[in-house]
Amino acid sequence: MSRDTTKLRFAETHEWVDATQEDGIATIGISKFALEALNDLVYMDLPEVGRTLKVGDEFGEVESVKAVSPLYSPVSGEVVEVHSELPDKLESLNEDPYDFGWIIKVKLDGDLPDSLMDHAAYEKQCSEAG
Amino acid sequence: MGPLMTNPSASESHEPAAPVNLAKTPLDAWHRRMGGKMVPFAGYEMPIQYAAVDPDEASSYIAKPANGIVAEHQACRNRAALFDVSHMGRLRFDGDDAAKFLDHVLTRRVADLPVGGVRYSMVCNAEGGVLDDVLVSHLETPSERRFHLLVVNASNRQKILKWIEPHLADFPSVTMSDRTELTAMIAVQGPMAIEITKKLFSFDPSRLKNYQARITDQFAKPVIVSRTGYTGEDGVELIVRAEEATRIWENILLAGREAGFTAAGLGARDTLRMEAGMPLYGHELDESVDPITAGLNFSVKLADRNFIGDEALREIKKTGPSRVRIGLFPEGKRPAREGCDVLDSNGTKIGVVTSGGPSPTLGVPIAMAYVDAAHAKDTEFQIDIRGRTTPAKPTKLPFYRRPAS
Repeated sequence: MSRDTTKLRFAETHEWVDATQEDGIATIGISKFALEALNDLVYMDLPEVGRTLKVGDEFGEVESVKAVSPLYSPVSGEVVEVHSELPDKLESLNEDPYDFGWIIKVKLDGDLPDSLMDHAAYEKQCSEAG
Repeated sequence: MGPLMTNPSASESHEPAAPVNLAKTPLDAWHRRMGGKMVPFAGYEMPIQYAAVDPDEASSYIAKPANGIVAEHQACRNRAALFDVSHMGRLRFDGDDAAKFLDHVLTRRVADLPVGGVRYSMVCNAEGGVLDDVLVSHLETPSERRFHLLVVNASNRQKILKWIEPHLADFPSVTMSDRTELTAMIAVQGPMAIEITKKLFSFDPSRLKNYQARITDQFAKPVIVSRTGYTGEDGVELIVRAEEATRIWENILLAGREAGFTAAGLGARDTLRMEAGMPLYGHELDESVDPITAGLNFSVKLADRNFIGDEALREIKKTGPSRVRIGLFPEGKRPAREGCDVLDSNGTKIGVVTSGGPSPTLGVPIAMAYVDAAHAKDTEFQIDIRGRTTPAKPTKLPFYRRPAS
């Protein structure tokens, strides 16, 4: 049962959001496009469960060989679950960014922000970034 | 997330945000065709790494680059890799007094450099501050014309040209020509580099010892081959005419195809030199650092000679440097990066990281730093990695030394 990526919403900063469960919980990860561009991840930092995030808050970071990239929350709400084994399995994150590679689950505070793109709009952004 | 591909030099070379008129190396079209991710570096557009090429598409190419910094790094450590280093400056000095002139501006003796010899040296200012770290070679053409060649850092080429000018005026018989744009420079590095390249030129480079160079040819097109490098591996650096660069580059890749040769970008070049404990100008070296502080005493010869900066360096050697360059292993997986503060075991700031990142060969983060000389022998350090204090163990440089062959 793999996640249907066409139903995901995407932030301009390459985080994806799955809010299709309609239980008020959003699952968040990083897009395949971003992971392929970063390549060779070496480190990941995750937030604590219980932390409250606002849209745009930095909730963690990923590091590739050359660069440190902050992770920005695409939604507002409380962190209810953290994929704590992920930092030790960064290769799997690269291979499977939408299923195994989920990063945090957030109990949503209100609706998803309008600024989030749908799959088609995000694909367009990526293809323009070339 | 932040930007996906950062400029490797962004924090280092103080490049403007939107650099104008970036130069291209003679291999530029090749890099682009083969998925090179081009970034501004020291006034040039250079490949930081190569993207994966679609395997079907790649089959029509003569060789497929590895995918990404780690794969390129490992190719160099295990087999061999090709680096376009054409951005490095190449300055040729002709005339009877060329050696005498260079002996005056370099910290290393040049007067006794035999034909075929190469030396690593510094160019210092009068205070002993490092203007550049360079390789000087003494070469002879097939028509027995002798000259000296200075290879300088890309980011320092204009500065060195300006620095040299007034001093050159004191040596009227010496002429200098900047050969950078007329030529390309290719580094072939790795345990298999010599084995593969030995068949490609009229002169077999395995006959060169380390730090020796000579002029040879490929089908009568001149090639300077030098047994030097910046990766910690065996290998050669080649200087060829710009118009021959792609042909020779592809010939090497083709000759090494079975052996798994690959092109590698500046990203891997940086992780390789870091593991090898080699300084990079703008990080471990700049005008505020002297070669003795940098731990590069072998690049300074003070006995029986005078050169620019010799007085200052004699003094520093006598009193000892105020800080020292050390290697550190930060605990855990989180790499310390350039600019992170180094603390003593009490948490007092005693230095700063100059280069740091993951070591693909060792599988742990590594860092080089300057710390106050009083702490040179400490056994415990801490690094402030963006607000989080991380213990770090000191280690002798280099972090990696290639197995004896």
